Amino acid sequence: MSATAALPAPRLRLRGITKRYPGVVANEAIDLEVGVGEIHALLGENGAGKSTLMKIVYGVTRPDAGSIEWDGRRVSIASPAEARRLGIGMVFQHFALFETLTVAENIALAMDEPPKPAALAARIREVSEKYGLPIDPDRLTHSMSVGERQRVEIVRCLLQSPRLLIMDEPTSVLTPQAVLTLFETLRRLAVEGMSILYISHKLDEIRALCDRATVLRGGRCCGTAIPREESNASLARLMIGGELKACQLVPRTPGEIELELTNLSVATRDPFGTPLDGLNLRVRSGEIVGIAGVSGNGQKELLAALSGETLSPHGGMVRIGGQPAGRLDPLQRRALGFGFVPEERLGRGAVPLMSLADNALLTGASAGMVRHGLIRRPVMNRFARETIAAFTVKCSSEQALAGSLSGGNLQKFIVGRETRLNPKLLVVAQPTWGVDIGAALLIRQALIDLRDRGVALLVISEELDELFMICDRIAVIAQGRLSPTMATGELSVERVGVLMAGGVSVAEAADVAA
Amino acid sequence: MSPPDSLRRRLWPFRLERRATPSAAMRLASPLIAATAMALTGLVVFLILGQDPLTAFRVFFLAPLGGSYEVGELLLKASPLMLCALGLAIGFKANVWNIGAEGQLIVGGIAGSAVALFGSDALGTLTLPLMLLAGALGGMAWAAIPAFLRTRFHTNEILVSLMLVYIAQQLLGYLVHGPWKDPAGYNFPQSRAFAEAAILPALVEGTRVTGAWPLALLLAVLAWLFTSRTHAGYRMQVAGQAPAAALYAGFSDKRNIWLALLVGGGMAGLAGISEVAGPIGLLQAVISPGYGFAAIIVAFVGRLHPFGIVLASLLMSLLYLGGETAQVELQLPSSITGLFQGSLLFYLLAADLFIGFRLRRIPRPVTP
Amino acid sequence: MNLDHLIPILVSTVIAATPLIYAALGELVTERAGVLNLGVEGMMLVGAVAAFAAGIATGSLILAFIAGMLAATALSLLFAFLSLSLQTNQVATGLALTLFGIGLSAFVGRSYAGMPIERVPKLDIAGLSDLPVLGPLLLNYDLPVYLSIALYFAVQHFLTRSHAGLRLRACGESPAVAHAIGAPVIAIRYKAVMFGGAMSGIAGAYLSTALTPMWVEGLSAGRGWIALALVVFATWKPLRVLLGAYLFGGVTVMQLYAQGFGVAVPSEFLSMLPYAATIIVLVLICRDPKTILLNQPASLGKSFHPDA
Repeated sequence: MSATAALPAPRLRLRGITKRYPGVVANEAIDLEVGVGEIHALLGENGAGKSTLMKIVYGVTRPDAGSIEWDGRRVSIASPAEARRLGIGMVFQHFALFETLTVAENIALAMDEPPKPAALAARIREVSEKYGLPIDPDRLTHSMSVGERQRVEIVRCLLQSPRLLIMDEPTSVLTPQAVLTLFETLRRLAVEGMSILYISHKLDEIRALCDRATVLRGGRCCGTAIPREESNASLARLMIGGELKACQLVPRTPGEIELELTNLSVATRDPFGTPLDGLNLRVRSGEIVGIAGVSGNGQKELLAALSGETLSPHGGMVRIGGQPAGRLDPLQRRALGFGFVPEERLGRGAVPLMSLADNALLTGASAGMVRHGLIRRPVMNRFARETIAAFTVKCSSEQALAGSLSGGNLQKFIVGRETRLNPKLLVVAQPTWGVDIGAALLIRQALIDLRDRGVALLVISEELDELFMICDRIAVIAQGRLSPTMATGELSVERVGVLMAGGVSVAEAADVAA
Repeated sequence: MSPPDSLRRRLWPFRLERRATPSAAMRLASPLIAATAMALTGLVVFLILGQDPLTAFRVFFLAPLGGSYEVGELLLKASPLMLCALGLAIGFKANVWNIGAEGQLIVGGIAGSAVALFGSDALGTLTLPLMLLAGALGGMAWAAIPAFLRTRFHTNEILVSLMLVYIAQQLLGYLVHGPWKDPAGYNFPQSRAFAEAAILPALVEGTRVTGAWPLALLLAVLAWLFTSRTHAGYRMQVAGQAPAAALYAGFSDKRNIWLALLVGGGMAGLAGISEVAGPIGLLQAVISPGYGFAAIIVAFVGRLHPFGIVLASLLMSLLYLGGETAQVELQLPSSITGLFQGSLLFYLLAADLFIGFRLRRIPRPVTP
Repeated sequence: MNLDHLIPILVSTVIAATPLIYAALGELVTERAGVLNLGVEGMMLVGAVAAFAAGIATGSLILAFIAGMLAATALSLLFAFLSLSLQTNQVATGLALTLFGIGLSAFVGRSYAGMPIERVPKLDIAGLSDLPVLGPLLLNYDLPVYLSIALYFAVQHFLTRSHAGLRLRACGESPAVAHAIGAPVIAIRYKAVMFGGAMSGIAGAYLSTALTPMWVEGLSAGRGWIALALVVFATWKPLRVLLGAYLFGGVTVMQLYAQGFGVAVPSEFLSMLPYAATIIVLVLICRDPKTILLNQPASLGKSFHPDA
């Protein structure tokens, strides 16, 4: 697409955008240009400042310094409403849809002066057909799959006839097949002259889709590239500033069964949750089993059933170390050697306004931190200090508040805490979500070390690459059901993708066929 | 930039910025700022009422500290406030919003009075300890209702505990108008006066302050030990700050709710019986000028910290006494106390903002 | 009990329910925007005393209602500033508002205690109000009673049919999402809180000029809290607020009539009825946590700041 050269002024130009948060510079002097009809990638690893920059363009956050030009004219974007008036649309990574509303209502919500419901429904149909994004305006959102919800988001943007479409990690919630369909739509939009700003950290996708790429590292702009002319390795070098290291998984024979799920079925309290339907799984000591799947397919419910936050109908449905544990509470399960790293760090894995030492006590009461109901600060402090040292957690001291740490450092602390409590079975959800590469490598290696020490590990992640990197076996969860596990070496990404689609809802099946 | 926005920036070129770590200094300073702001508001109110502000200020805030009797009164009124607030604070920290301390105080007073009225002849020196025990148990029983309904039926403890205040008031009214009315009391709605063995003696000659004050201090120390040193106290704080983390760690929600409400109810019940068996000396239709509600303010002004609550209860007690002296000496309505108490809490909440945030000048947009 | 007894009971029920309808519908709109204002009792009291004072001073009931509305709105604005602009804890701020309102109304109202005021007149619709049964039952109330029903229709229409109502609900479900799609969350919440304040003010004004045309300290006697409970009872639906208010009105009135008929229960126990009924009703509604989970605005009581 050479339209860039045809017009003197690019559609969007950022100059010297800077945004500081207390203790962090999220963006520093960033320059960026997107031409008319260009698909421009914003590439960077987690925490590089991509999301902040996009929030600035979309008016969600305001920059401390720098300027924004739109079609050659200087603008100040004070709110998302103003961004949309300019012609900027955004599809969010975590969808901005209300479960209890219909598709049409959700779309009307984002309009300043929505047309009459009938007219709006007609327009929704028209746009969705034109771009191959089939959706029913009258359907309630909570009954839709993730792929369908993304279509609603895109159609919502398109109805405003935007001239720049921002897509924030759009494929993180899609099956590999649905990704291909999405790319076709995006290419068609670009041909019609729409500019697309595509945020991702997935190199293959960017090379397949994008005309140009701006690479962010540590909040700074560290170069631009034509992705088609680069290799994954060269893009990764730009992104990380070094070579991508891979983890080594030496084959070993697993031992005793530490976790066994037998026909685990759990109803859900959350009206929009996914009930678990007859799950079977075995995890042995000395192996890492991964569970892949698009989020919202029962991962949350499975984790709660494993940790004891939800009880199972029968004790025997969940066995830990051979003991029936389905009716035990979280503390009793921990006594059986269970450890757990939850997905949400702040507010679940750690209490933000408490110190790291206090957070050690959250799950560490059994490690000598409590005697006769009284807490023993020296033991807590020592445990926290040792965890900080062993996992190179960057913080002022063990008295630093958990909320003041970066995502990666806090995750290292939580993984460290759970690891150092000597579990026989460790369940980890999204081990490296939103974590910088350095921390991610350290965490993955720590999990592999645990495996080699004979701990049984279950890792639930949306990052397929990660699961392929560290797991001995992989199972896929879809619509609350779990596939049998397969040895990682005998598995292809495509095969996992088909399983992730689950083949249950008709619409999702259409994605697979496309 | 839209015009209202630029106007806003010119008028108020600041913005709030979250601090990386909450400011410990502001945490201590904000009650002082709030008290100062309240005193300044007081001056303005006195001016509006046509009083010489300095005289009124002296009468309201300084006269109640004039002598040993006055200081005794200060401690006397501070005791029930402190007792109620200590219990409430433990609950508030755990996100359990018991706002019915007034009702628990009343039922505590009733339960303790039952011992005094029907047992003091037989019990002798055991009367007072048993009255205090009955008071605490009565408050606990009243607080057990919202605890049970919340843990069993998920009802909101704010509304239930509050409704129970009105019910407790009616119950007290029934007793002193009906079965417990003193037959020789000229039909006044009150019980017969307690026997001497059922009255808390004055601690110091010439004052009315009773053993409730040192008892409250002792309980403040215990409350402090509980929150800072015990695992149970830690678990309740986790539940208050991050409920999901408490679930993750396996801390029982129900246990926290029961503990918070029983402790709060027991302390309020103690406050109730120590009022009835102290300065009042009999059961009457009204036994508290709203101590249970004022204690909510005390708990917040005291930063939910036991030692802060000791100080805050003295300040609130001063406001009660100031209202009384202002009524006598300046003919000001005593309800001015409620006005001051309410505004104190407002100022505190506003000042608390700066614990987590600071004010920063908005940088001027860079001109091209 | 014959019709002659029943009609006055029903009429009194409607009148007793009217202040609850105003206060609860106002709070319902506030809560649907995601803001929990526990200050209803305080705003009602301030509205009541302001209306009473204005009524005495001007002799105009319209001005009295306007004064009550303005005073309570001003108080709600204070709440909005603290909880929305300064992000204070909504529970604590609401409690503060109630405590402040109790103190302020007692302070201002001291000189009005015991004064008489002209009661809000009943409508007399040319002959129709004299019809047997139908007349007293439907056509012989004061204007605010009819307006409270109109308010129900307006709120119902606003929340379910209007674009602004949709956006307001979005702010209550997820302010972050609402902000992201361009709704001015803070401004919407300010308006919702002020609407709640204005309605509490009307409720208070009705108390001091119609229901019991006088001022005494603590006149509202917990009606503000009952209104809050009504919103939960109604699972945040306007129609159920209306029905719930009549139910509670009925309980209040039955208690008065039972005393009048000489039922052999001490009056104090009858006076407990509305409060006990509130608790029982809360238990019935909250028993199944799914009822609340499905209906309660998902972000109720949680602070939101667009810059955070």
